[in-house]
Amino acid sequence: MTITDYDRDRGLVTIVVQEVGVTTRYLGALDEGDEILDIVGPLGEAPQFEPGGHVIGVGGGYGAAALLCLMRERKQQGDRTTIIVGARQKDLLILVDELREVCDNLELCTDDGSTGFKGLVTERLQQLIDGDQSERPDYVLAIGPMPMMRAVADTTRTTGIATQASLDPLMIDGTGMCGGCRVTIGGEVKFACVDGPFFDAHQVDFDEAVQRSKMYVKEEALAACRRSEGGMS
Amino acid sequence: MPAVRGWYELMPVKRTDKTPMPQRDATDRAQDFDEVNEGYCFAHAMFEAERCLRCQDPVCMEGCPVRIPISDFVHAIAAGDLPRAASILRTANPLPAICGRVCPQESQCELKCHMAKRFGPVAVGHLERFVADWERSQPLGESPPPPWQSARIAVVGSGPAGLVCAGQLARQGYPVTVYEALHAPGGVLRYGIPEFRLPNAILDWEIDALKRLGVEFINNVIIGKTIALDDLFDRHGFSAVFIGTGAGLPKFLGIPGENLNGVYSANEFLTRINLMQAFQFPEADTPLKVGKRVAVIGSGNTAMDAVRSARRMGAEQALVVYRRSEAEMTARVEEYHHAIEEGVKFHWLTNPVEVIGDDDGWVTGLKSLRMELGEPDESGRARPVPIEGSEFVFPVDNVVLSIGTTPNPLLAKTTPGLATHSWGGLVVDEQKGETSRRRVYAGGDAVTGAATVILAAGAGKSAAEAIHQDLSAGL
Repeated sequence: MTITDYDRDRGLVTIVVQEVGVTTRYLGALDEGDEILDIVGPLGEAPQFEPGGHVIGVGGGYGAAALLCLMRERKQQGDRTTIIVGARQKDLLILVDELREVCDNLELCTDDGSTGFKGLVTERLQQLIDGDQSERPDYVLAIGPMPMMRAVADTTRTTGIATQASLDPLMIDGTGMCGGCRVTIGGEVKFACVDGPFFDAHQVDFDEAVQRSKMYVKEEALAACRRSEGGMS
Repeated sequence: MPAVRGWYELMPVKRTDKTPMPQRDATDRAQDFDEVNEGYCFAHAMFEAERCLRCQDPVCMEGCPVRIPISDFVHAIAAGDLPRAASILRTANPLPAICGRVCPQESQCELKCHMAKRFGPVAVGHLERFVADWERSQPLGESPPPPWQSARIAVVGSGPAGLVCAGQLARQGYPVTVYEALHAPGGVLRYGIPEFRLPNAILDWEIDALKRLGVEFINNVIIGKTIALDDLFDRHGFSAVFIGTGAGLPKFLGIPGENLNGVYSANEFLTRINLMQAFQFPEADTPLKVGKRVAVIGSGNTAMDAVRSARRMGAEQALVVYRRSEAEMTARVEEYHHAIEEGVKFHWLTNPVEVIGDDDGWVTGLKSLRMELGEPDESGRARPVPIEGSEFVFPVDNVVLSIGTTPNPLLAKTTPGLATHSWGGLVVDEQKGETSRRRVYAGGDAVTGAATVILAAGAGKSAAEAIHQDLSAGL
């Protein structure tokens, strides 16, 4: 689940939800016109880049949705913007038209080659880094599943290209109160809710982050299973 | 001692001893989250109130941070006048049912009690609780009038400081809006203190009483993020703001293995249980993984709450690990005794140095060192010094860190001109509680660092007085 767009004047926030657990299934069970109690935010800090460079946003899964408003903002700040999004096959790519509108160059990647580049987003990223000097990014922003963000970090690690990953560990309150979302960045413990979500991808301890994200896998499955049996009332 | 007469003789205790608090059997209560103490009945309360010596100089009051006229309310109980006792109490302390349960009386009023010099002190806390519980059982009176002042006040945070400040201002006729970051009001009283010590029903009653006074509660709003503090004045039209955001940021030890799966801050551990009802998982959606063996690091009330909650969540072995000795323990003595009764084991002079985990990243042990007491340190307490070669490992499935909290920097970070001390506490004028920003007042743990409910309540009360005075004077 991620915020994909907003309109301050109309008081609108658009979120994209992939139904994977209890909460996202609750949301998925809602009909048009239904209400949820509250939405709290925005929390955390915006990513910091010096404007005027070439930014490549790399997204996988719901991460593509998160890139939409972030990359539009970069473009408005005067950056040259490229978005690389990937999925297993063409029909699993989301928001393609919307993404195309907010950047200078949209790169699609599919595992089966059903559209765009055949291969992983990181392979396409590598090509852009290795290719023509004019294609080379000044900044890379990775949003998506942990293995993808780690692969992006590994791709840019030796190139000196500043890379940020958007971490979404388990958290309770989002205000720094529980410490459940702690991540290790360059040997230092940070709270993703207040210090993040964007961190220097080359400094992130991905082993630990992946391990912590699995803390409640069994319970998540149990809760989701219970809800689907009992309905979403 | 005066002669024991009449029905007093039926009481199963000596008049020299504090009348014991009736409490649930330790084995039973360690199975659930229902309240441990059952409360005095009228006879207990009358008997206990009669133990008060009616000193010329009621020193008990000096021990109270908000100077409740203790002897007056105790005498009212002895005279059987509970309405008067309740009114005396509530005028001095707007949260008597809560403070009667959670105040560290043994280091405050009851420490000063003249009876304590030779016998047990008068059970001021138990009596406070009795009167407040009686008050709660009475039918509600007429609805108070709606707010009549034009200046609106915003209160940030609905913990004890915020609740008391809101209540005092509402009684002065101000329309008050309380903003709470979580989805239920109460702050640490909700997410921190477990139901076996402070039932939610009591907190709900206090909050409902404030609503009857016209106080508006808005949950799920993070001032400093959702609404900037300046916007409370500029866009929302408030005339003054009280900040009671508490000390909600957990400290960690910085030892290796602290980020292993199964290591929690006490805040996370207790919030999952108290606020999110994890003890009912999977009926409730939020889980908490508690293994058979749980070690809690620390010795304060929060550590006791965490370790006793661990027992209730099914831990067979629940232990407290603390680097200092029993004498330096900071928890209320009642909680300590309750914990022992419930089978909690205490390991004093034991310093955790590393959390050990398995290949999957789950906790398997807590490596610790034995300590001995050395020379006093800067806090005046004997400094614990490691005994060489004493390293050993507690085999445990969970480690809960309860080593203190600091004020949350979120609001100060996003509010220009709001001054803080280097350790994070808000800088305030000592008399008025006004911060470095005009018409912005603060109190409770956000100012003092982690302290007690009663101190926060006192700060909320005096800030309310200052706000009323400043607004009335047009300052």
